[in-house]
Amino acid sequence: MEKKYWQSFGELNQSESFQKKSEDEFQEQLLPLEDLDNGLLDAKSPRRDFLKYLGFSTAAATLAASCQTPVRKSVPFLKKPDDLVLGVANYYASTFVNEGDVQPVIVKQRDGRPIKIEGNENSKITGGGTSAMSQASVLDLYDTTRVRHPKEKSGGQFKEVPKFDQLDKTIADKLAALGGKPVVLLTTTLNSPSTAQVITEFLAKYPGSRHVQYDAVSYSGMLLANEACYGKRAIPSYHFDNAKVIVSLGADFLGTWLSPVEFTYQYQKNRKISGTKPEMSRHIQFESYLSLTGSNADDRFVHRPSEKAAVALNILAKLGGSVTAPAISDAAVNKGIDETVAHLKANSGAALVVCGSNDVNLQIIVNAINEAIGANGKTINWAVASNYRQGIDADFNTLVNDINAGNIGALLVYGANPVYNYLNGAKLGDAISKLPLTISFSGTIDETTECCKYIIPSHHWLESWGDAEPKTGHFCLQQPTVNPLFKTRPFQTSLLKWAGSTMDYEAYFKDFWTKKLGTAEAFHAALQSGLIETADTVGGATFSSAKLAEAASKVATAKQGFEVVLYQKVGMGSGSQANNPWLQEMPDPISKVTWDNYAMVSPALYKELTGKDLVGEQRDGDAYEVTPEKPVVKIKVNNIEKELPMLVLPGIHPKVVAVAVGYGRASKDPVNTKENIGKAANGAGVNVYPFVTFDGTGFRYSGPAELSKSTKDPYMLAQTQVHGSSESRPVLYETNLKTFIANPGRVLEEATHERALLLHGSHGEDFVKDATIYPYYDKPGVKWGMSIDLNTCTGCSACVIACTAENNVAVVGKKQVARYHEMHWLRIDRYFTGDVTNPDVVFQPMLCQHCDNAPCENVCPVAATNHSSEGLNQMTYNRCIGTRYCANNCPFKVRRFNWLDYNGADSFADNQETLIGSDLDDVTLQMNDDLTRMVLNPDVTVRSRGVIEKCSFCVQRLQESKLAAKKAEDPTLVRNVKVACSQACPGGCITFGNVNDPESEVSKARADQNRNFYVLEQLHVLPNVSYLAKIKNTDRHVTNEKAEEGGHGEKNAAHKAEKAHG
Amino acid sequence: MSRYRKFFQTSLVSVLLIVIFSFSNSAVLAATGEELFKANCAACHKPDADMTGPMLKGARERAPNPEWAYKWVNNVNTMVETDPYAKKLLATWGSKMTQFNLPKDDIKAILDYADAYTPPPPPGGGTGAPAQDNSLLFGILTLILAVVAFILLQVNSSLKKLSDEKDGVFRSEPVPFYRNKAYLMTAVIVLFCFAGYKTTNALIGLGRMKDYQPKQPIYYSHKVHAGTNQINCLYCHSGAQDSKFSNIPSVNVCMNCHKSINKYEGPDELKLEDGTAVNGTAEIQKLYDYAGWNPASKKYDKPGKPIEWVKIHNLPDHVYFNHSQHVKVGKQQCQTCHGEIQEMGEVKQFSDLSMGWCINCHRESKVDFYNTKTGEGNKFYSIYEKFHDEMADSVRNKNGKMVENPHRLDSVTVEKIGGTECQKCHY
Repeated sequence: MEKKYWQSFGELNQSESFQKKSEDEFQEQLLPLEDLDNGLLDAKSPRRDFLKYLGFSTAAATLAASCQTPVRKSVPFLKKPDDLVLGVANYYASTFVNEGDVQPVIVKQRDGRPIKIEGNENSKITGGGTSAMSQASVLDLYDTTRVRHPKEKSGGQFKEVPKFDQLDKTIADKLAALGGKPVVLLTTTLNSPSTAQVITEFLAKYPGSRHVQYDAVSYSGMLLANEACYGKRAIPSYHFDNAKVIVSLGADFLGTWLSPVEFTYQYQKNRKISGTKPEMSRHIQFESYLSLTGSNADDRFVHRPSEKAAVALNILAKLGGSVTAPAISDAAVNKGIDETVAHLKANSGAALVVCGSNDVNLQIIVNAINEAIGANGKTINWAVASNYRQGIDADFNTLVNDINAGNIGALLVYGANPVYNYLNGAKLGDAISKLPLTISFSGTIDETTECCKYIIPSHHWLESWGDAEPKTGHFCLQQPTVNPLFKTRPFQTSLLKWAGSTMDYEAYFKDFWTKKLGTAEAFHAALQSGLIETADTVGGATFSSAKLAEAASKVATAKQGFEVVLYQKVGMGSGSQANNPWLQEMPDPISKVTWDNYAMVSPALYKELTGKDLVGEQRDGDAYEVTPEKPVVKIKVNNIEKELPMLVLPGIHPKVVAVAVGYGRASKDPVNTKENIGKAANGAGVNVYPFVTFDGTGFRYSGPAELSKSTKDPYMLAQTQVHGSSESRPVLYETNLKTFIANPGRVLEEATHERALLLHGSHGEDFVKDATIYPYYDKPGVKWGMSIDLNTCTGCSACVIACTAENNVAVVGKKQVARYHEMHWLRIDRYFTGDVTNPDVVFQPMLCQHCDNAPCENVCPVAATNHSSEGLNQMTYNRCIGTRYCANNCPFKVRRFNWLDYNGADSFADNQETLIGSDLDDVTLQMNDDLTRMVLNPDVTVRSRGVIEKCSFCVQRLQESKLAAKKAEDPTLVRNVKVACSQACPGGCITFGNVNDPESEVSKARADQNRNFYVLEQLHVLPNVSYLAKIKNTDRHVTNEKAEEGGHGEKNAAHKAEKAHG
Repeated sequence: MSRYRKFFQTSLVSVLLIVIFSFSNSAVLAATGEELFKANCAACHKPDADMTGPMLKGARERAPNPEWAYKWVNNVNTMVETDPYAKKLLATWGSKMTQFNLPKDDIKAILDYADAYTPPPPPGGGTGAPAQDNSLLFGILTLILAVVAFILLQVNSSLKKLSDEKDGVFRSEPVPFYRNKAYLMTAVIVLFCFAGYKTTNALIGLGRMKDYQPKQPIYYSHKVHAGTNQINCLYCHSGAQDSKFSNIPSVNVCMNCHKSINKYEGPDELKLEDGTAVNGTAEIQKLYDYAGWNPASKKYDKPGKPIEWVKIHNLPDHVYFNHSQHVKVGKQQCQTCHGEIQEMGEVKQFSDLSMGWCINCHRESKVDFYNTKTGEGNKFYSIYEKFHDEMADSVRNKNGKMVENPHRLDSVTVEKIGGTECQKCHY
């Protein structure tokens, strides 16, 4: 039987070893009992030994667990702060700022420590959405590698400087003695207005000094193109919500491009579809590898990276632009261009084209396209600029040359880490160490900081005052949510001190905003909401096509041979949060790989390099699919060779290898990596920033490459999801918009049919009550339920991290993930379907379905998992004895077993250390450091070894909401509840609440009978999680129709037969 | 005559009623005064002595005019700025009183109560003879009876032997009782049962600490504070109504009162469990050391340090317990779980805090269920339609007629709304 949805090539082919593997669910070897028989029992004196061991272990256990109850102390405050009630969380509005990214957030603080980041739902930019990286940033606050006090390098070693005053004096003296050489402040993009003013004051004090902004992944091409076309070196605001047609030329705007949370929020407004108004935007993606955005596109076309300009030129020419377009050989791409142009023309004024290239010329062409389709002033708003990225590559290149030439007096680095992420970082690092005065404000000893003379660590953003202006007229304020954990100081305070000011940044910041807002009350109100936003005006800018002809002639032309594409992963970004174990263990939504980067290649390229055909030939595929060890490829770009494991995925151009940046963080001496960069980042992946090229105006993130198969041993990639098979049962439904409008009931026909079959056998009427032999139990009062809209889930995985943070989900490390022991309560299942070379992708968030007729509950011998009267499938850890019958019997494969003591929750303390290196990774030690453990949610039990765990529907939040409702005597407070995943979702695709209440959002979502389905409903497990079927706005047939052509006749026959029977 | 008798009876009843009413009326008034005082004032004032604020006895006489006090209570914030006597008060006492919004009658009742207050006589010496423990007596009796029974058995067997010998029936030599298998077996079974019972109980009791009464860094008597002085539990344990924790009060809360109460002069004898007398004033001095308070200069002129109390009520980590759920929503008294805390010197754990104990209460306790007819009860429960239907007096039967509800539900227990399900406490 042909599989409709598949997760791996093994599953697609249903190869022998794949089937064998999916039978062996836990992948555990049985105890070697034969060895035991032959060994121990044949020994000289097994009985005596046995008695010895017995005696010893009994005695040891008695001693260790002697029955003395420990004396616990309860130490109240000496003087309790007024706004703190122990055990009750406080919420503060603040702003996540990292490398120019800005997200307004609400920080949950329990008993004085921030433990969770939530989106600020009042923000007009994000609407309360967050990203995986902002969700995970709370863990960075408790990073063990944080610098705990200012340091000075002497004799190659960093030594503590006990007092800031002493340091300020030394540095002021040195700054005064630079002898005319300039002071350079090197930062990532800073969009804080008050900091900008501080920097201006500082630079004024040191004439000749300058501020250089450097972005690890640059948008300089766009900034310069806009300057050429519109006279403004700025990035406009995009309105994906106003666009009926969205065309992306390699821009991963839902994953990593510019402001993905904002764009996801806008994008989903036009992807939510209802039976009464079946309309949605059409999204067409041209790209070279399978990106998160591409996987969400309605139509997707694959081309060479070097062909991107040709695609843009063809679109422009066909829209009537006065350019000559080079011919494209690929018929599919040509067809795609024609379709795209037709849609763009038909939706003039409601279309948007974005491009992910950093090539000025290409961006000028894209500007011309947007001009031709009337986007300017409609879907592109020039009245409001986006300030997320401001670095200009040429400026940084000049700085690099100056540093290399030794022409810089003092280099002050904040946020930027060029020694790691510049294309020739090592050389730059050496040059930096030779400069007279180098100061890093970094919170950790990263690659650049290592080369500096002084470290004056800045606060983490959760400890900081601050502000940001991500878009014109949108101000987001930061306020500290915890006392600084270490002896750190905001870098602005340092600059102010060295500029001769007596103020520190806190006073400066308060003064700045009080003056700006008029009164202290207005400032406090703004702090409380975290936002100062004015209503946006929408306006265009005058376009000048003067540079167009020149740009069209200068863009790169298509090349032959292999090409490499560098991209960012949605969880790792540029790599600044590489030591975040949550992010490292988050499976990439496309590849499902954790802890590593890799060379993404198409099956065709894999065949070309290894001679093995994964798609056609089962036996070839087996060797690749079954083991986590993947063959290694040698990639040579700019004469630099890197070796990476190959991960074969469909939807990639056959000549392209795609590699993620952000990995391979390492100190100069690799021995120090563990301590300075961190245990989680140590050894994770390969740094491919050296593959970036500089073409004179900007950095290029793709280019020609030489590929060859490496002689190295295969490398282990820890991949999730390729295990846990649904055994060919249909788990999701989709259709295209046209079919959905014509026949809305068609998409769920199969599910309806299955349901009817089940009910038919029982001669009943009510599917819930009659189609089973089990009794029905009432759910009086509250019944919790969740609805997930597959149409708006982009797979961004913010929910995965939110769930991890909320529920103390353990990080298990790469070795354990490779053994399929990952712990995530919520996973995003990725399914391919359709064309093997360019498949459609469907993401399906999968969590415990809280079945009312749960298969797991029946098989538990100790009733540790059972059902509540509110519809929750309860998991009681203290009752669980770890038989794993439940996990075995769960058709959704969402139950997780604590194979080892990941959390340090066992009674015996030393269970972890002995396993480090063999079964556990260093990251377990990192996660169990006293500092890191401060992130744990005190309302959720930390699970010990040997118990099963799974999604609890955030029961702690449900209980809290019920308590609040009872205190307020108001049942509407339990109508809609935000659980961690639904709160984090930027697309608003998860709704949660009381399904007994017809007014709740979840009840309303389920009312859409044409799209509402339950996974594996035919098993009559009665899940409490419902899904809304996916609708693609494409002319192609999506899979369900394909099945209709082949297998449907048979089913129809069965249906008819059944009718005749009835 | 009979007519007169009727009149006599009526008037007698009327007089009686009047007497009862007038009597009870004044009793009601006095009670209100005392209650109001305890609810609003007792945290800072005593009727007959100065505390954080001045004593209330004679407050009206001390004030510039009798009406002043009534005005003051409801206008503290303004009067403190304008009124000369109020300014003087502030200067003397250092802190401003909380402004109330009480009707004049209530203020009058409070002040009347304070004026009429006489301290209760110190409790008498003995608390009555200790209860007799008869178990020893019973034990001895049982033993004696067992010995008698044993002797009788022996005598019985000897007599039987004699009679057998007399009758010429041959019987083998009797085994001594300590080798009698029946006896031995009985003893073994009894021992086994006893040991098994003890072991099982001991294992169940592991980690349970009923009657745990550790020595605390300061001898703090709940009897003095919550009992004799009637301080509301929530004044110190304010978290109990808002949070999962009831919160041991921070030192500054203690000092609210103890800035002025620097010696112990109360009627209760302070004793440790073993009978050793405790010097209350010395214990207050310990508090000052922790707080860094100098009673002589009336200033915090020393560095303070938090008090390390020994935690008495410990729940395992996998148990979620929320005080506010029980205190605010469930309207439980503190004593339900903590025992007669107002009678305890040093606190001891009253209940065993076992799961069975929790579950029992959840099975028996009724929730404040919403009554759809009268609108009484917690409106949250209005969504439990099933129970509302079951509580209805009449139901529609099969034929569509309204008949009396045969299985009428009287009340809804915590268990009914899911209060005994695992994930209500374990998550």
